Amino acid sequence: MTSPSPEVLAKLTPVLTKRWLSPDAWRLEVYERLDGYTALRKALSVHPDDLIQLVKDSGLRGRDGAGFPTGMKWGFIPQGDGKPHYLVVNADEGEPGTCKDLPLMMADPHSLIEGAIISSYAVRANRAFIYVRGEAVHAARRLRHAVAEARAAGYLGTNILGSGFDLEIVVHSGAGAYICGEETALLDSLEGYRGQPRLRPPFPATHGLYASPTVVNNVETIATVPYIVLGGAQWFRSMGTEKSPGPKIYSVSGRVNRPGQYECGLGITLRELIELAGGMQEGHELSFWTPGGSSTPMLTAEHLDTPLDFEGMMGAGTMLGTTAVQVFSNQDCPVYATYRWMEFYHHESCGKCTPCREGNYWMKQVLRRILSGKGTHEDLETLLDACDNILGRAFCALGDGATSPVTSSIKYFKQVYLDYIEGRREPWFAPSAEPELVGAYK
Amino acid sequence: MSEPFSEETRQRAKEIIARYPHGRERSALLPLLHLVQAEEGYVSPAGISFCAELLNLTRAQVAAVATFYTMYKRAPTGDWLISVCTNTMCGVLGGDAVYQTLQEELGVGHDETTPDGVFTLEHAECLAACDYAPVMTVNYEYFDQMRPEQAREIVAALRRGERPQPTRGARLCPLKEMSLQLAGFPDERPEALADGPPGEPSLAGVRLAAEHGIEVPGFDPATPIGRPAPTPAEPGHQAPATVSEPAADRKPAGEPPPAAGGGAEQAGTAVEKGRNEKP
Repeated sequence: MTSPSPEVLAKLTPVLTKRWLSPDAWRLEVYERLDGYTALRKALSVHPDDLIQLVKDSGLRGRDGAGFPTGMKWGFIPQGDGKPHYLVVNADEGEPGTCKDLPLMMADPHSLIEGAIISSYAVRANRAFIYVRGEAVHAARRLRHAVAEARAAGYLGTNILGSGFDLEIVVHSGAGAYICGEETALLDSLEGYRGQPRLRPPFPATHGLYASPTVVNNVETIATVPYIVLGGAQWFRSMGTEKSPGPKIYSVSGRVNRPGQYECGLGITLRELIELAGGMQEGHELSFWTPGGSSTPMLTAEHLDTPLDFEGMMGAGTMLGTTAVQVFSNQDCPVYATYRWMEFYHHESCGKCTPCREGNYWMKQVLRRILSGKGTHEDLETLLDACDNILGRAFCALGDGATSPVTSSIKYFKQVYLDYIEGRREPWFAPSAEPELVGAYK
Repeated sequence: MSEPFSEETRQRAKEIIARYPHGRERSALLPLLHLVQAEEGYVSPAGISFCAELLNLTRAQVAAVATFYTMYKRAPTGDWLISVCTNTMCGVLGGDAVYQTLQEELGVGHDETTPDGVFTLEHAECLAACDYAPVMTVNYEYFDQMRPEQAREIVAALRRGERPQPTRGARLCPLKEMSLQLAGFPDERPEALADGPPGEPSLAGVRLAAEHGIEVPGFDPATPIGRPAPTPAEPGHQAPATVSEPAADRKPAGEPPPAAGGGAEQAGTAVEKGRNEKP
């Protein structure tokens, strides 16, 4: 295992992850000893409008994948409108590759609670919901405990710290549906419906939860807020790039020696991340990788030095997404990887719109046929044609994202597809076990 | 109301409903379905009726929701639900082999339960733990970096009546108890919260930074950030917390059930009180 160079080590920005080294930071008493809730006291002493301005000035962009400016989102909430406002924290982490929010909620749940209180104060919300992925019970357990502790200490409830501000937080467990990470599907789910996305406009800022003004932010976004309140916008901008400022938790997984969470300024490169992660595993050579989960088109070794920020990834024809950096090697098959991802999108498609529901269903089967050695040249055209009919025509970003692995793998690894089709590669699945690809199956 | 549910469950149902704003009781549907599973181990027709009656919905409305989400099971489920991640990263790093092994070991396939009713096996989509790949969960508690023989040993231990310690998260409890936590009730085992120290992959970056003394310079918590806060009495300081309009998409929010008034006196007392006290 190689040791990272001092220049690369200097890219680390331990801000959100810093408390994780203290094993009991999830307890209020320890959190307070580590400067917990000092940001809340400071925030409550300033005007809420100034907090919105502060977050605008910081340049914080949503850590959910889309990268929308957080302060601007908060600014869209109409004030003095006589309606209740809501903050909804999106903790429905499920994008393949993404694994940053669960460890944060597990190790440092109070930082999310503190961020949620400050954010609610800024947008004048008196109720907040944390929608936690159902399967993440270990994180929800700590969060619920943190909410109870915070309430007992007067950080939640009525007249918080004598400010006159009231807030209740409910931790709400989902029930296993990736689509609920999409903010309007999440809102429908939180209202007790099937988690299916809503037509926009109107946007959640004016018609969100219970048709009221609502801010929906990701866990990492909200957990970043207390640090901006303490350190100020200028300090926050000392990390990252001009257009993508601040620290970001990169989740590095796959064929590296030390997979894990690496918090760095936005704009770090894959080469540097691999170096931090102890290099590639022995016998493995970088082949393909995702910059931010399976919904972001894959890249190859030619992109080792492209900055992992919103602009850099856009320039490379992909997206920063959730900075879920999945590293695959020459021993991994890009067609099989794509097939597995399509199984995922097929399973998780909510069924609301035809392009996504039908498109993913068929693409998964076409890919399986190719992997079974029964593919045809026409299959490649069918796949691209299906992607054409999904991208931009699906109801929400899930459908768009589902086309990413297919189009990008065909772009970079067409030869591997042809090798399966033309019989130069051993079929992944036994051809005899495959049903004929006509009509409905099973 | 349907018979099978205990008085305790009914009481808990009221507590769940009281967490949500008055007039928005339908929000309680997901936790209520978890609650049904806490008593029955799956969402039975009786469970659907139970939720429908509590929320004044039709059975079809509840069934539509119950069948949408993966975690609501439609057939009796084992005490131990084993979910093996076979999404791309876990799959290529060994998850496929783990799943294959457990299929053979348990003699069941995806979403099937062993004849003795003890184990249910499923392959799961991404469990958000790729840095620990390949992972599997037992009743949603994580077992990280699994190898086929380790997975087999966990099953053997469960068969012997032992409770193997997950890598992260709390010690195991049966699926019905876990469903109660999913419905939003605390884990009553005092030691459970402290279980599960952060694993090395979670700490990889921050440990590296600590070892090399790397910090972000220029951090001053006293940095000025804005004008003083308005006094609490100032109008417009807070938005009123009442709801009256139907959802933007004109979906019915569900009529308040007759029991809602009584339910508000349970867990939601503080919430409701805080809301009503405001001018």
